[in-house]
Amino acid sequence: MRLDGHGLIDRTSPLSFTFDGRRIDAFSGDTVASALLANGVRLVGRSFKYHRPRGIFTCGSEEPSALVTVGRGQGQEPNARATMVEAAEGLEVRSQNAWPSLRVDVMAAADLLHPFFGAGFYYKTFMWPRAFWERLYEPAIRRAAGLGRLSGVPAEDDADKAYSFCELLVIGAGPAGLMAALTAGRAGADVILADEHPRMGGRLLMEAEEVDGLSAADWAEEAVEELASLPNVRLMPRTTVTGAYDGGVYGALQRGASDTFWRITCARAILASGAIERSIAFPGNDRPGVMLAGAVRGYLHRYGVAAGREVAVFGATDDAHRTARDLTRAGVEAVMLDAREDAPAGDGFEVLTRARVTGTTGRHGIATLTVTHAGGARSLHADCLAVSGGWNPALHFTCHHNGRPRWDEALATFVPTPDAVRGLAAAGAARGDFSTHGALAGGAAAGRDALAALGRSAPEAPLPRAEDRPVRQQAFWMVEATGRKWLDLQNDVTDKDIRLSAQEAFRSVEHMKRYTTQGMAADQGKTSNVAALALLADATGRGIPATGTTTFRPPYVPVPIAAMGAGARGRGFAPERRTAADTDHRRRGAPMIEAGLWVRPSYYPAPGETTWRQSCDREVRTVRERVGVCDVSTLGKIEVQGPDAGAFLDIVYANRMSTLAEGRVRYGLMLREDGHVMDDGTCARLPGGRWIVTTTTAAAGPVMRHMDYARQCLARDLDVSLVSVTDHWTQIAVAGPLARRLLDSLGDLPLLPFMGCAETTLGGAPARLFRISFSGEEGYEIAVPARFGASLWRLAVAQAESLGGAPYGLEALNVLRLEKGFLTHAEMDGRTTAYDLGLGGMVADKDAIGVAASRRPGLVDPDRPRLVGLVPIDPAGVMTAGAHLYDRSAAATRPNGQGHVTSAGHSPTLGHALGLALLRGGPERHGEVIRLVDAMRHVETEVRVGPTCAYDPDGGRMRG
Amino acid sequence: MRLTCPHCGARDRREFTYHGPASLLDRPAPDAGEAAWNAYLHLRDNPEGESRELWYHEPCRAWAVITRDTRTHAVHGSAAP
Amino acid sequence: MGYSGFRVFWEGLTGNRGWRPVWREPEPKARYKVLVIGGGGHGLSTAYYLARNHGITDVAVLEKGWLGSGNIGRNTTIVRANYFLPGNSEFYSHSLKLWEGLEGELGYNVMHSQRGLINLFHSDGQRDAFVRRGNAMAAQGDDAVLLDREGVRGLLPYLDFEQARFPIHGGLLHPRGGTARHDAVAWGYARAADARGVDLIQNCGVTGIRVENGRVRGVETTRGPIEAESVAIVVAGRTSQVAAMAGLRVPIESHVLQAFVTEGLKPVIDHVVSFGMGHFYISQSDKGGLVFGGDLDFHPSYAQRGNLPMAEHVMEAAMTLMPVIGRAKVVRSWGGIMDMSPDGSPVIDRTDVEGLFLNCGWNYGGFKAVPASGWALAHLIATGAPHESAARFRLDRFRTGRGLMDEEGTGAQHHLH
Repeated sequence: MRLDGHGLIDRTSPLSFTFDGRRIDAFSGDTVASALLANGVRLVGRSFKYHRPRGIFTCGSEEPSALVTVGRGQGQEPNARATMVEAAEGLEVRSQNAWPSLRVDVMAAADLLHPFFGAGFYYKTFMWPRAFWERLYEPAIRRAAGLGRLSGVPAEDDADKAYSFCELLVIGAGPAGLMAALTAGRAGADVILADEHPRMGGRLLMEAEEVDGLSAADWAEEAVEELASLPNVRLMPRTTVTGAYDGGVYGALQRGASDTFWRITCARAILASGAIERSIAFPGNDRPGVMLAGAVRGYLHRYGVAAGREVAVFGATDDAHRTARDLTRAGVEAVMLDAREDAPAGDGFEVLTRARVTGTTGRHGIATLTVTHAGGARSLHADCLAVSGGWNPALHFTCHHNGRPRWDEALATFVPTPDAVRGLAAAGAARGDFSTHGALAGGAAAGRDALAALGRSAPEAPLPRAEDRPVRQQAFWMVEATGRKWLDLQNDVTDKDIRLSAQEAFRSVEHMKRYTTQGMAADQGKTSNVAALALLADATGRGIPATGTTTFRPPYVPVPIAAMGAGARGRGFAPERRTAADTDHRRRGAPMIEAGLWVRPSYYPAPGETTWRQSCDREVRTVRERVGVCDVSTLGKIEVQGPDAGAFLDIVYANRMSTLAEGRVRYGLMLREDGHVMDDGTCARLPGGRWIVTTTTAAAGPVMRHMDYARQCLARDLDVSLVSVTDHWTQIAVAGPLARRLLDSLGDLPLLPFMGCAETTLGGAPARLFRISFSGEEGYEIAVPARFGASLWRLAVAQAESLGGAPYGLEALNVLRLEKGFLTHAEMDGRTTAYDLGLGGMVADKDAIGVAASRRPGLVDPDRPRLVGLVPIDPAGVMTAGAHLYDRSAAATRPNGQGHVTSAGHSPTLGHALGLALLRGGPERHGEVIRLVDAMRHVETEVRVGPTCAYDPDGGRMRG
Repeated sequence: MRLTCPHCGARDRREFTYHGPASLLDRPAPDAGEAAWNAYLHLRDNPEGESRELWYHEPCRAWAVITRDTRTHAVHGSAAP
Repeated sequence: MGYSGFRVFWEGLTGNRGWRPVWREPEPKARYKVLVIGGGGHGLSTAYYLARNHGITDVAVLEKGWLGSGNIGRNTTIVRANYFLPGNSEFYSHSLKLWEGLEGELGYNVMHSQRGLINLFHSDGQRDAFVRRGNAMAAQGDDAVLLDREGVRGLLPYLDFEQARFPIHGGLLHPRGGTARHDAVAWGYARAADARGVDLIQNCGVTGIRVENGRVRGVETTRGPIEAESVAIVVAGRTSQVAAMAGLRVPIESHVLQAFVTEGLKPVIDHVVSFGMGHFYISQSDKGGLVFGGDLDFHPSYAQRGNLPMAEHVMEAAMTLMPVIGRAKVVRSWGGIMDMSPDGSPVIDRTDVEGLFLNCGWNYGGFKAVPASGWALAHLIATGAPHESAARFRLDRFRTGRGLMDEEGTGAQHHLH
């Protein structure tokens, strides 16, 4: 019911949205929850387990009960808290977890069976017959479980991530937060003030109080205006800080037209997150209309909404009286049910003392309640029952670094342990200072402390005047009466579950939580955990301090995956690296494939070719018979310079590199320190002192880091410097019998012997020429600065075509190397040694990385899987990579395993399949016929073991 | 989480790559024997508390010995190896 | 009395007053035949199988906190047998068979659910590596099916097949892979071990290990000294500290691994799905929460919490792979301390101290190992010989280089497995 003259909503901008199809009238400034209450809607959802009717319980982010689905399609958000969703024109809000309708939910039958569905019942049943679990029981449980439903279409891609830095982050803009921000802001500190609501002020907007002679809301507005005028203060409304991380980093979720996930780094932080009211366990305390007393006040003052027409207030604190008082003053009928003997008199309303609510009725919302009190027993009509069991500091962030809060006997609540998170200080109600004066004073003090820690001075300023009544809180958790008393409203955990948990020896608070699911729902038990552990303490007779508490973990409020994963949809997940000639590859129709972060052309289809194999075979033949060009720019290139370059390379390569002459290239092998192969590639010593280390595409980054490690950590005395030039040079391989003719057509390039290199120029640009071959043909790699890369590529392709040649892609590259038995990371898979790969002879007797460990007995065992070549006995036989190898007559079982195929493909040159394999004792088994089994692809082939090089074993073709 | 580069100062953790304990700087001689190499390569003090570790700061390519508390993640020092 | 549907029904009718404690809370005795340090999944299953398979019931499990408070209480609940290197293959195969009979064995519903696990691949090289793995699984007698892109689409139509940065080429389906309710596994083993006479001692921190003349004699605890013939260290995450009490230095680094869970949602993900080009794997619990995780935070840690870089990476992977879950909200994240070993595979072995046994190095995959790990360690303690399924989990493999099981191929850097 909307009340005139109350609330901070904008009555000049009416709007409407729908709830389950029904039109709901609202004003700008409303939440969905306040508008529903204003329209008399109390039933908004169903609980998780028993499908009990659920209403609105709080007016903040701690809401356990009023979960709804907002929107439809891409923007559909299940399990949104109606208390946090701002009412907006045309918004579509739907209830969830009910069928066929919210009012008539057949699953509510579960409630009738509650004696059988107590805590942990599922651990004790559904075991027989065994096959029924996956086929019957579990699918039924899964269908029943869950609350809201995802739309089934990809989420909108409109979220963002942002980063910010400040000196002081103030979390929460209630009295303590505003005062802290004012204190620090006026002193010139760089402050961020974040608050989860659209309007800053916190409880000041929800109470009938005065601050400095102004209404609390007006004072808050002035404070916010002043803060907004300070250039060194940034205000972040609608922003919930979600987690305290290491080093002063905080995550924060900013809501708006779309979500932004912030990473805020600060030197100091003040936790001014206020307090969260707790409920009381009594029979029937879960009906819609049962609400927290502070929330009822909040709806009155913040939104001008009376949560009911006849309101009973049940509590044991003076604070609860305020709800009855404020409602009465607003013309709403209210009665105070005070649990205390010495309850104060009502300020215009009736007070029952020593009151206990012993039951409620009402199908879809509370209608009547029964109460015993000092004067006897009574039945009352009420459409709203406001409950207050006292307040708990919202100290969650102080637990994010494993700190445990401390039980404060006087306040009957947990309070934060100081310094539980370095640099974070709690202030105001978050610290247990529950009066407005206490909050203002605490905020100012925390602000001054922060300034001192930042090395800034704080001018003295008078504190605004505000109420400073002593706050008394006593433990009042539960009413002794028969009937189920709810704790966790979302997961349907009752007092009976807590007691059963203790009865069954789940007495540790963590066991209780896990066994009953108390506090494990989306609200993390913000309104119920403390009461639950109080009941557990009672059941075990240990008292609350000895029982301890479960911890709170980030995030403080639920965070959409789309927000924390913003920007990653589709191709945004990882950067894409393209070579200089990328456009040309695509223009030729080459399918581009992933190679780490790079994309590379896999083949260049020619007219008439319909399969990749046709293109690949043609490209291979072209290289073998004419000439091919291939973009190999993605290979890692590291320049090494300095007088000790040779000595340094002797440390990182297993073979000796220092003896390499200028103008020469040598194949090199790098080991990890544990003796296994890390990477291979060529090392060129250019005339004039530069060494160029080439790595495989995949290993470029790790090898650079490894070489930096070797230089800075292991070989600190050597005078050598390194730089990665991978992106700076485009490198093109020219291979085939006509390779030299192609080079000569490009320009005046020096003649080189096999494994020679030179610095030269090409078309006026600096160029590097290497005579190396990964194809087995006469081969060159020519490098030019990347800005000339596309031109060189186009020129090289044109010249190749004029010679009957062609560009070739990764597929052909792989077949060419397979025919030669050259290695890739399919062979250097991180488990193989130089010995395994037939390169044991390269490991020189010197102190290089990995040499010592490579000589461990297990790494030079002849029975290890070692590299061999395979050819099929039947020329039409199929070979596949990943297949396992067995003796000819042995069954394909693990104990019989002899190894596996690392690489396989069709050799157009030889006219049959070829493979490389790691075979136990392989090199001693040349000539043997074994069996290849690929159960995944249903391939079985007899193959003959042989040398790894199947084409031109003497290497005459590449030496030229 | 923030870590400190000896050259660039405090930086976001994402800029760094962890490698191992700082004891990896004390590399055994090639002929130190199996036990010494086993201890170097595999065995770890794995301290609960102050730990000296090798980290690589990717943007500036500097290796650093960072002193850190493994219980609290607090950084207490950072130096070139 | 055993658990059953009938019992639940009967108790429901009679006010649930008949449920007895699931375990006793005994005072520690002065001496036991076997002490198991660590009341997590592995320690509890070790105690259970000592009693069940070997008739050794003079056993105490010493737990510093509450039973199941270690990594069995904080994981992503995945159960699979899809390893490919000898040693791991037979061990996890054995473990999965034990899982398949666990409810009947323990009389406790641990909700083991063989929903099927799919490892996605995104390149030809990855495909061949998964084919190798699938062939190893088949050779071990386990199940694996190679799916092409359309095969994956048939099972997981909600993946982003059109725009993902790393296109989905296919997947390896492990139909018998799945999940289980993690806490229930600890409780089920604890209850069954207790029923066979094992003493489960909670809030009992071990502060020292007594070794005399190269032989273990017992332990010092926060609840007094306890003598024993055999002592097993089963404390993944804190192996280094406990082993040091006996003067041992172990090949372990402790690292933090994060996991995440969303609010309860109606069914959306039926399988366990794992991304091949980033750190992300996901399943949906029976309660409806999406449970997912990624890789280590990549720095040694004993703080059971992680940081934003990996958390954000995991969410980013989710968004590129399955943007359909974008509006699901994460309600809780947590971190567990992983015992990372130099080859990514575990150790179940004797130590140089006679009577002192070590069960460690489970990396980020200890949950699925719980049944077979306890089985194998119990066998080793009881018979003095390693069980055939875990014979390769030797401590000396690092020194000799013989029988390394480096599934990732990343070498002797503990955190890279």
